[in-house]
Amino acid sequence: MNAAHFSPQPYDSYTLSRRQHGSSMASGSDGGSESQQVAQQRLRIIAGHLRAPADSGSAIVAAECKAQGSEADAVQQEKRTMPRRRQDIMKWNGWGYSDSRFLFNKKGQAEFTGKRYRLSGMIIPGLKDWFESTFGASLQHKTPPTPLLNNNAVQAPTLNEPFVDDLKSSGIPFSHDAEDRVFRSHGHCLHEIFAMREGRFGRLPDVVVWPNCHNDVVKVVELACKHNVCVIPYGGGTSVSSALECPADEARCIVSLDTSQMNRILWIDEKNLTAHLEAGIIGQDLERQLNESGYCTGHEPDSMEFSSVGGWVATRASGMKKNIYGNIEDLVVHVKMVTPRGVIEKSCQGPRMSTGPDVHHFIMGSEGTLGVVTEVTMKIRPMPEYQKYGSVVFPNFEKGVACLREVAKQRCAPASIRLMDNEQFKFGHALKPQVSSLFTSFLDGLKKLYITKFKGFDQNRLCVATLLFEGDREKVLQHEKQVYDIAAKFGGLAAGEDNGQRGYMLTFVIAYLRDLGMDYYVIGESFETSVPWDRVLDICRNVKARIVGECKDKGVQFPPLSTCRVTQTYDAGACVYFYFAFNYRGLADPVHVYEQVEHAAREEILANGGSLSHHHGGKTSSRGFSFASRERSYACARLNVQDLCDTMTNHKHNPNTEVCNCAGVSVVVIIILILYVRLAGQIPIIFLILIMFPLPNEVGEGLIIGWLYKITLSIRLSHNLPCFYVSNLQKKKKNETISKISCASKIK
Amino acid sequence: MASKAVYTRGDPMLKKRDDFEDMLEERRISSDLRFAAKCFMPVLYKGLTPCTPDTLKSAALHSDPVNYVIHQVAKETGKALDDVRAEAEAILDEMAHRLQLSTVRFFAFMLSKVFKTLFHSVNVNEEGIQRLQQAIQEHPVVLLPSHRSYMDFLLMSYILYTYDLSLPVIAAGMDFMGMKFVGEMLRMSGAFFIRRSFGGDRLYWAVFSEYVKTIVKNGYAPVEFFLEGTRSRTAKSLTPKLGLLNIVMEPFLKGEVFDVSLVPVSISYERILEEALYARELLGVPKPKESTSGLFKARKILREDYGSIHVYFGQPVSVRSLAHGHVDRCQFNLMPRHIPARPREETVHFVNNTAYRLVRAQEENSVLKPWVLLATLLLQKQEAPMTLDELTERAVWLRDLSRQYGAFLHWPDQMHPSEVVSSSLALHGGLVRVSEGRVHLEQAGAAEAASSPEDQLLSRAVLVLSCASYRNQALHVFLRPALVASAVRATSSARKVEVFDCFRFLRDVFSNEFILCPGATMQDFEEACYLLEKTGALHVTQHDMAVTKRGQKTLDFLTGMLEPFLQGYLVVCRFLLEESAEALTQKSFIPAIRQFIIKHLLQGRLTQLEVLSSDLHKNALAALLRLGAVRRAQQDTLRVNKVKLQSVEDALGGKLPPPNVASARL
Ligand SMILES: Cc1cc2nc3c(=O)[nH]c(=O)nc-3n(C[C@H](O)[C@H](O)[C@H](O)COP(=O)(O)OP(=O)(O)OC[C@H]3O[C@@H](n4cnc5c(N)ncnc54)[C@H](O)[C@@H]3O)c2cc1C
Repeated sequence: MNAAHFSPQPYDSYTLSRRQHGSSMASGSDGGSESQQVAQQRLRIIAGHLRAPADSGSAIVAAECKAQGSEADAVQQEKRTMPRRRQDIMKWNGWGYSDSRFLFNKKGQAEFTGKRYRLSGMIIPGLKDWFESTFGASLQHKTPPTPLLNNNAVQAPTLNEPFVDDLKSSGIPFSHDAEDRVFRSHGHCLHEIFAMREGRFGRLPDVVVWPNCHNDVVKVVELACKHNVCVIPYGGGTSVSSALECPADEARCIVSLDTSQMNRILWIDEKNLTAHLEAGIIGQDLERQLNESGYCTGHEPDSMEFSSVGGWVATRASGMKKNIYGNIEDLVVHVKMVTPRGVIEKSCQGPRMSTGPDVHHFIMGSEGTLGVVTEVTMKIRPMPEYQKYGSVVFPNFEKGVACLREVAKQRCAPASIRLMDNEQFKFGHALKPQVSSLFTSFLDGLKKLYITKFKGFDQNRLCVATLLFEGDREKVLQHEKQVYDIAAKFGGLAAGEDNGQRGYMLTFVIAYLRDLGMDYYVIGESFETSVPWDRVLDICRNVKARIVGECKDKGVQFPPLSTCRVTQTYDAGACVYFYFAFNYRGLADPVHVYEQVEHAAREEILANGGSLSHHHGGKTSSRGFSFASRERSYACARLNVQDLCDTMTNHKHNPNTEVCNCAGVSVVVIIILILYVRLAGQIPIIFLILIMFPLPNEVGEGLIIGWLYKITLSIRLSHNLPCFYVSNLQKKKKNETISKISCASKIK
Repeated sequence: MASKAVYTRGDPMLKKRDDFEDMLEERRISSDLRFAAKCFMPVLYKGLTPCTPDTLKSAALHSDPVNYVIHQVAKETGKALDDVRAEAEAILDEMAHRLQLSTVRFFAFMLSKVFKTLFHSVNVNEEGIQRLQQAIQEHPVVLLPSHRSYMDFLLMSYILYTYDLSLPVIAAGMDFMGMKFVGEMLRMSGAFFIRRSFGGDRLYWAVFSEYVKTIVKNGYAPVEFFLEGTRSRTAKSLTPKLGLLNIVMEPFLKGEVFDVSLVPVSISYERILEEALYARELLGVPKPKESTSGLFKARKILREDYGSIHVYFGQPVSVRSLAHGHVDRCQFNLMPRHIPARPREETVHFVNNTAYRLVRAQEENSVLKPWVLLATLLLQKQEAPMTLDELTERAVWLRDLSRQYGAFLHWPDQMHPSEVVSSSLALHGGLVRVSEGRVHLEQAGAAEAASSPEDQLLSRAVLVLSCASYRNQALHVFLRPALVASAVRATSSARKVEVFDCFRFLRDVFSNEFILCPGATMQDFEEACYLLEKTGALHVTQHDMAVTKRGQKTLDFLTGMLEPFLQGYLVVCRFLLEESAEALTQKSFIPAIRQFIIKHLLQGRLTQLEVLSSDLHKNALAALLRLGAVRRAQQDTLRVNKVKLQSVEDALGGKLPPPNVASARL
């Protein structure tokens, strides 16, 4: 039995260095070591699409939770990317940083403002035409958002005074300022952002708290239980499943628990290649800081600039480079979660266990309904030596899918391989920034001529696969050749690194683009699914056609944009990602229309053998069906931890899963452990005992423990009601059939 | 409900139908040669991957489903894989079409000539053509014409060729292959051939269904087949066959295409080429095997006048919208789609319902000529021939009634009714004779004194059955009110519930005879009551219904419509009750009952010659089997359940309240 659980992991496995760095990697201050060089190169790449603020720096910090308000803490605060007042740097009613946005300038050209991104400050000449012709939109018809947050439109907070008092005395920072509350009242679903832009606020969280460390969270949760207050964890706020929405009819006080201040890397274990992180750390900070020590997690969801480790765990996130690094479920080694009934975590960091169901699978995808993830141990990898983009043009989508299928069959998928359909290819093309030299534009012209005229590709059918290779230089080049050879068999032509990179850029700026669309009557959103290989083509065709048909039926005046890409490959299937947007001029309730169409699209997905979601999570807007699947999951979720323990103990106690109150459970745990060891070794004896002393109710080895365990739990743990919001899904009807549940492969 | 698109209830009078254009008009004024050589550029399905008949064949042969079955068969029979594959290939060779534009052009030329001599006009609703053109571009299309004549599919291809629409690939029965040359010609004009029966031959089924599905999925060409499976000898619509419909719907249900459009087409002939042929067949004179030489004998036919043809292309029906809410497509998610699996019950229901609705749509859009009404009246008054004036007067009455019932009647209103009547009679001179001012159902100038009474009986029966085949065209218009009328007459009380019970019983008994959508008993009843009330024949209150004074005439007419069928079913019951002591097999049933009936007719105990129709016998037997009054035992012998059969007979004869057999099916 691994006892490491009880003593803190020694930090000396990693030499802590408090290093400052600027985003201009040229500083080379500690460029001596090999790993540093790698780190810098790596950073440059990341900075490619995500350039960090120049003045931000952070450090890897030892784990002690600092006393609140100390000077050191204040300094620390400065260095974090995400301030408590997020609205200072980010939009409250749109995506991303306040200084970065698309707009059509006075000349009618599209440009991207700010300095953070590669695209920043550039003119994008093709966007206007594409925008106007795709949506039938016009720059004359604007729908600007409500510019300022109107505090009067905000409901006064429902405060639970005793709770607030206790919170105050705990010293954990909190606020019930309107701006803070509004900011945390939503994720990034269309209807949420649309309401924000119109200045319509529904039920908001009443209090925002910023715990600084695990123990703070324990305290907040304890207080919440004590005072019957709801808690909604808030990580990066990039949720696209409505999970951050406050239920309109909640009468109790709602606390938004913002994890942004829990953003340290607590330790790095180079022997086992793991890093222990606080759950609030956001993707860009995590990668940057790991890069400094020569590592990376390789987990890059498109929202990684803002989404947090805790959020990833809570939503079962998937990163673009999962082919090398895996999805979050493959990356997580250990999770610590604070639940209303205590803290739940495994007692070891072993790579695999076979004792009963894995508690991580209860936690992952629970969308904040079971508790707050506070700390996570994730796998890390040395940073890749070399990275290369690429792209392949196929004469049509069918050929492209066949190629991806073959790549998956041969298991030689690069870090990322995506196949965009014709519409998305054109979309990506429209985002080409102004080329500086005549020569490049001349070259582009030639390329186009070659593909369409010489090779006979139909401009309205061809599609593009974008590739990202990572690893040793040599291996990358070899790998690249292998993939291009396969592509050639399916009629694919290599189309250069540029096209590839632009493809990835599209996915990073798409949320900014949506804001631009919303300025001009265009609303849209994405949704995704995973589907067996043999159905990929069918699902793409049918879902796209369904969207177009439904839009027509629902009175949308202009043909919608309905496009997809195959965005991940697996052995047994692929992940397909759809974008859908339309011009809503002439519609009374565009969001409702949007939701109806999306609902139909999801129905189509299910009918075509796709899952409800590959990584976005259960969507509340997809009620009709998802509730079947969600119900079951949230049936689990609703178990709350008491039930969870019961379930586990009733089956077979999983000794690697401890549910402990914050203090003093060790005795019980030790008894259990001893018992377990005995049990494991001496089952025959136990059976003898069993026969000799029949136990009440429970029979069987695991059950003895379960029984013991339950008693201790009921003595030691607070029996109060769970204060976590089973999102707003709790209330949903249960009348869906099991067969429906099974359609939705992602049972959350 | 989405299915409204196929079969709209509500007031039939308000039904809107397109106008017709005569496509022969153009042919009569311009060169047929030029027409045959014209530039043919049909619009194509937007998702089409162009391919040749041969690539189509090999795509089907190498498809996963066929491969799967080849492996299964090889494993089970122990044959070599290659042998089985060769077998599959042979099946495909025997089956596949080889559409060639040159052959089509040849047919276009020939048919232009033939049609111009045979018919006054070939009328097509051009709006329907436009809808079809639209549909062809959007989704794979399946054409579902009604089947009354060999002519049907030549005519269909001819029309599509004329209007520059992609030529269909047509499922044809193997019997054509008997005529070597013609068969090959047809193959080259787009027909593919399926065996009439292939029992449990899995390989055949797999190859065949995959061949059709490949065509649908690829959007290669519209697929055309006859829902009724075979030519209806009685001109009544036949109970739809589901095999091919299942096959063409599957690509949609399994998500392989976004949608499939089903287009019901109604082809109405003013005079059917095979008229007397059919009647003979129904009376048991064996059908001449289709042979090329036989067809040439038919040259005689070319000298006669066959009136006009109306072809109505119905509203394309989206399988997607039909299936919405009725089929859970998720059922196909948990197994590889190429492994054959038994469809779920809901799917079977769905396909069955769709088939019925499509046949109903064919019925509703079929054009009725005045002669149809005349035939109906003449049959009802066989004993006492009417004078021309009487006939005209009654015809006008019936014209108005049928219009109120929503019939698609083509009555030339600009002509005087008496002219209409006389010209119709002239066209059908083979069936009627006017002598001494009265209209007789008789062959003109036929003197049959020499022959035996039985022969006389039979030759008269040919006449009656030919005539009935025209009356049958109007059956669908009057059927539901007629069932209610019979129910009203049969129940002495005026209670609505009792009438309904009787209606339900009759509807159930006759559901093999007529096209009655399964599960639509209530709607049919309400629709019929509505029509009867609207036309003033019935007075319906919440619980009661009563026949009005002027309604008696209508009710007489309507019950008269069902009379031959009722009699026929009663005779079948009687026969089975009296004669079934010896081992009766399904095979010997038809000749035996025929003899039985002839005997009774000669003895004068039966009057309706129509009850000689073997079609009626088959349907009645099927109904009795379904109702459990007769049971199929070993070696195809039929075992009669006398108690049950007696109760059915009694109920049909109006002696007893309807037994509760209906619930067996509901
Ligand atoms: C433009 C855009 C691109 C995206 N791309 C991807 C992608 O490529 N791959 C992908 O997987 N997802 C993607 N997403 C979805 C979203 O980013 C992920 O679901 C992400 O994991 C959410 O993380 P977050 O920190 O923002 O969580 P939040 O949005 O703050 O919260 C999400 C849910 O998790 C809960 N939660 C948050 N933190 C914790 C915690 N510490 N403990 C317990 N519960 C918690 C919240 O209560 C909420 O229910 C994208 C979203 C957007 C808007």
